[in-house]
Amino acid sequence: MTQSGGLSRRELLMKLGIVFNGVVGLVLAVPIVRYLLSPIVHLRKEGDESWVSLGGVEQFPSGETRLATYRNPIVSPSDGDTADIACWVRNVDGNTFQVFAINCAHLGCPVRWFAQSGLFMCPCHGGVYYQDGSRASGPPERGLFQYPYRLESGKLLIKAGQLPTPGNPVASNTNIVREIRPCA
Amino acid sequence: MRLIESLGKWLDARLQIGSAIRESAEHPVPRKTASWFYVFGSAAFVVFAFQIVTGIMLALIYVPSAGQAWNSLQVLNHNVGLGWYIRALHGWGSNFMVAIVLIHMVQVFLFGAYKYPRELTWIVGVFLLLVTLGMAFTGQVLRFDQDAYWGLGIGASIASRVPVMGSSIVHLMLGGPIIGGATLSRFFALHVFLIPGLLIAFVGLHLLMVLKLGINEWPMPGRVVRKETYSKEYHELTKKDGLPFVPGAIWKDLFFSAFILLSIAACAYYYGPFGPSGPPNPTIIQTAPRPDFFFLWLYAVLSFLPPSMETPALLIGPVIVILALLLLPFLFGGGEKSWRRRPTAVLTILLVAVSLGTFTDLAEHTPWSPVMDAWSGDPIPSKFLHNRSALERQGALVFQVKQCHNCHSLGDEGGKRGPALDAVAVRLTQDQLIRQVIQGGGNMPAYGKNLTPAETTALVAFLETLHPAGQSPAKDASRAIALGGDSAAPTSGHLQYGNE
Repeated sequence: MTQSGGLSRRELLMKLGIVFNGVVGLVLAVPIVRYLLSPIVHLRKEGDESWVSLGGVEQFPSGETRLATYRNPIVSPSDGDTADIACWVRNVDGNTFQVFAINCAHLGCPVRWFAQSGLFMCPCHGGVYYQDGSRASGPPERGLFQYPYRLESGKLLIKAGQLPTPGNPVASNTNIVREIRPCA
Repeated sequence: MRLIESLGKWLDARLQIGSAIRESAEHPVPRKTASWFYVFGSAAFVVFAFQIVTGIMLALIYVPSAGQAWNSLQVLNHNVGLGWYIRALHGWGSNFMVAIVLIHMVQVFLFGAYKYPRELTWIVGVFLLLVTLGMAFTGQVLRFDQDAYWGLGIGASIASRVPVMGSSIVHLMLGGPIIGGATLSRFFALHVFLIPGLLIAFVGLHLLMVLKLGINEWPMPGRVVRKETYSKEYHELTKKDGLPFVPGAIWKDLFFSAFILLSIAACAYYYGPFGPSGPPNPTIIQTAPRPDFFFLWLYAVLSFLPPSMETPALLIGPVIVILALLLLPFLFGGGEKSWRRRPTAVLTILLVAVSLGTFTDLAEHTPWSPVMDAWSGDPIPSKFLHNRSALERQGALVFQVKQCHNCHSLGDEGGKRGPALDAVAVRLTQDQLIRQVIQGGGNMPAYGKNLTPAETTALVAFLETLHPAGQSPAKDASRAIALGGDSAAPTSGHLQYGNE
């Protein structure tokens, strides 16, 4: 077949073929990108945090700080032990509590409680916190992360569900929760 | 022999790559580059191939599931015949690969090989370094133990500091709101599919350019790179004083690669596999996570940066370093190649090497961390307790019980977070000691709320005894006058402080 003018039939077909592939690529890219973004899209829909129980209040004597563990509210079958999260519970005066994340506010290593000196110490880079979670020394820029809590039928509940990091502290409330909210 | 020959002919009639292979194998290289300094690139390539082989071996047993990975490593270590050895080979291969890539880079830098026309070869090389480090980090995560778990937490904490998008980046990195099954699965995909794919692609490009542009000639002081004349000069050099790569130069590469593989095998045999340490159970908090060797320097830097500098340094520092590496061939693309005429280049390498070495060494000892069990595990050496009063010994008890020993050493035992206290009484007067203990400061927590007045009295009495035998403790010269002109200094039993 002879060519007439600028665009031959074959060139046109090739260009159409490229456009066709582009459209198909786009159609496929949308679900692929949505799949890749599922960790954050899910976050926006309903949030990762919910109330979980740390057990009966009697486990946390007044004036003491104890280690507590909970199963993360969002679990997948392959999580194994990694969904068991630890936190520090401080019973301030029998009525007021503070629940600290185990993760140092510097880089997330597990802080340990020393009752005798009333300090939390971090084994990684030497961050130290006072018993109320405020920063005492070392590289952390802030105090320990705190979970919001409430008491319900004799149980201590905290709102938890995601790894607390400096850019994303637990929930929005990082102040000490001073009052016990009435049971829902 | 004849059969092989005819088989080769049969294959080449169909593949038609024989002449191309022969041509690249026999391409002329400058005689002086057939040197023991030019063997690191090929060794890195050989170790990479070795890593692929041992990696596939491990994947036969390894289970990339957060609930199973640690157990499958135990199975590899203990239940599968020589499973431990394959793990050790892969782990040591990783260390050797990072080391050889770094040495290769230093050699290329000092020999000016990144200059015209090999800028792109260098840039691809920078990406090769980055993906190699990416392999090392993701590989450390696949050894899904305590260090891996908390190491991920550290990675997440760093990533979370990115303004605005930090939280989203953390969720994407972890594959969910916490470190869990999804996290390990995606690091497995990165380590086994994505990054090796990139690595293979970059290695291909890198090698292609080495073949097309020719290996860097031996740098001679005074021989200056000029864009207009370089290619001509290089071709003349290879023609006049060149020899075919095979077999002229390759025998050194062969010997060195074999030596490196043998070293990996020997290290793997003598030192065994790396870990795994404790199981990745976040409720086991009696752990002091540490990164692998090549990230130790970073671990040290993170403890020394002042808090206000940390986020900018973490987020901007790597960008600056990578940009500097990428721009290097464009900023210094011509001129002298020989390191004898490039003192700044030599000093830069020395500075970087000494800095990284110092930080790595510090990270081996972590002087910035409290020794978590010094208060219960490291008793005060008895020489500090001889001939002491009851009060002073009570103070020594306070020193232990209140965990002072976790941060302060006595007789070289205990933490190094704070200053050693062997001679603290020479540095601080009684009043200063009291103030320091109660109010803290200079990176020491305040102990005012956690010490009774009696405990403080005893503790300071003990601290006042800590001075060398021939040296008297520091005294406030005006104190006696301030307390009423009494020339006798008050004894430690009559401290005056509090709300008197």
